[in-house]
Parts: sequence; structure tokens; C-alpha cells
Amino acid sequence: MSVQEITCKELVEVVTDHLEGRMPPDRRLLFEEHVAFCSWCRTYLDQMRETIRITGTLTEDDLSPETRDALLEAFRNWNAQSR
Amino acid sequence: MTTAPSLDELQLLDSLRQGDERAFAAFVEEHGSTMLRVARLYVRDRAAAEEVVQEAWLGVLRGIDRFEGRSSLRTWLFRIVTNLAKTRGVRESRSVPFSALVSEEVEDAGPSVPPERFRGPEDRWWGHWSSPPEEWGRPEHELLSAETRDVIARAIDALPDVQRQVITLRDVEGWSSDEVCNALDLSETNQRVLLHRARTKVRHALDDYLVGE
Repeated sequence: MSVQEITCKELVEVVTDHLEGRMPPDRRLLFEEHVAFCSWCRTYLDQMRETIRITGTLTEDDLSPETRDALLEAFRNWNAQSR
Repeated sequence: MTTAPSLDELQLLDSLRQGDERAFAAFVEEHGSTMLRVARLYVRDRAAAEEVVQEAWLGVLRGIDRFEGRSSLRTWLFRIVTNLAKTRGVRESRSVPFSALVSEEVEDAGPSVPPERFRGPEDRWWGHWSSPPEEWGRPEHELLSAETRDVIARAIDALPDVQRQVITLRDVEGWSSDEVCNALDLSETNQRVLLHRARTKVRHALDDYLVGE
């Protein structure tokens, strides 16, 4: 075990730095080495990725038809006035 | 951000200035729901958020002839809605100053995973998992089910304000970190720290639900 090895405990703190591409190259190498050998951290990293992916499927709220109509009305008025 | 309007945006701008109603409707359609979500970050109440969005579009109409294209149209749009929503949020007096919230949330540094799940300093494998994560091993349709997504939505709702805003914009809306830093006036480092906390908590909630506590 080399001195600068990343432990599992440290790895969970820098997962986002890694996913964001914000790790210095030497640390990134240690991270990737760790994940290559540690199936537990691989599971953890996969779960973070899954979390991000599923979060991305949350549906957006749409504007209500009333607001939309009001905006089109406003656009017409604006258009009429600015000419 | 200093991105200039794209060619598409310039064409859109032109159509809007000429009073093309269909172009306006499509523009509202494209950004309306995201603006609503952004507004809700500050005002929390759906009706108030909808009013903020409406007010923002009126501001767009008032300003569009003077829009000089120093930023992209989208950036300009979100600056308007963010400012209006912030003002409204302050009026609703739910707001501690935003910068105070940021430093509070950044400094409040608990570990991502409880320390007892790792081996202690007396152990040869110090810092490695003693209670490792269990695989979720669920089929795709269960991971993407309404129930699972509801767990995530509730976990996001329960986050501290700024973390909720950051993860909503980044992971739900798909904004880049630059866009989020710009919209919320955060440093890149703080944005990343808050995103990390938020994602970690959401993963934890999901883990509780999928694996059981």
C-alpha cells in the first residue's frame, strides 16, 4: 500500500470532483486505480451515476393554459402598441 | 457568461421584434417550464412562481427592442426571471441573504457516508468499507418507476435551499456548471461542493428505499 493511496472513506468524498473532471491528474489516477480494484467503491460510484441519471428523468411542470393565454394576449398588445 | 446569441437566437429575436406570434408561443413553450422551476426555487409556492414567470415575460417584451445581444437570449431570460423571483422571495420574507445560506451550507461539512461504515484507525484496512454498499440490482423499469422518482423528488425537496437549487438546475434541468455558477452567483468550487452534498443525500435516500435501512 503506497502512502498516497485513496481509501474508500476518502473516495466517497471526491466522487463528484471525479465526475466533474475536476481532479488533478495524479489524484485521478489513484481514484481510477482504486475503483478498478475495489468492487464496493465501484458499486458506490455506479449508484451515484444511477442517481444522477434517474434524477434527470424527473418531469418538468408546464405553465398553466391560463398563463400561456395571458402571455399571448400580452404579446398581441405589445405588438399593437409598438407599431 | 458572455456567450453571444446564436444564429437561431438572432433569427428568433428578429421574428419577435416583427411581432411573430407563433415564434413567441414557441419560445414560451421552450423555456416556460424551466423558468417555472427556477422561480419555484425562490418562492416555493406554485401560484407565486407562475406570476413571476408571467412578469418575467412581460419584462422580456418591454426590453426586447433594447436587448443588445451581449449575452445569449437564454441567459438574459433566466437573469430576468431569477431577479424577479429573488425579489419576490425576499418580499415573502423567507430569505436569509443568499450569500449567508451559501457559506452556511458550504461550511456545514458532515461526512458523505457515516464514519462507522468504514474501518477504524486500529485496522490494517483503515478507511476501507466495513459495511460496504449493497448493489441495488433492480430492473430498469423499477429504477425509473413513479415511486422511485417520487423518492428522489422528496429527497430534493428536503435539501437545504442552495443544494436544492444546484441539484435541480444541474441534474433535473441539465444545466452546465458554468450556467449554474452564473445564475446563482456561486464560485465553481462552492457549486461543486453543494452539488456533491445534494447528490450524496439523494443517493442515500434512494439507497434506503431500494435496499432498506
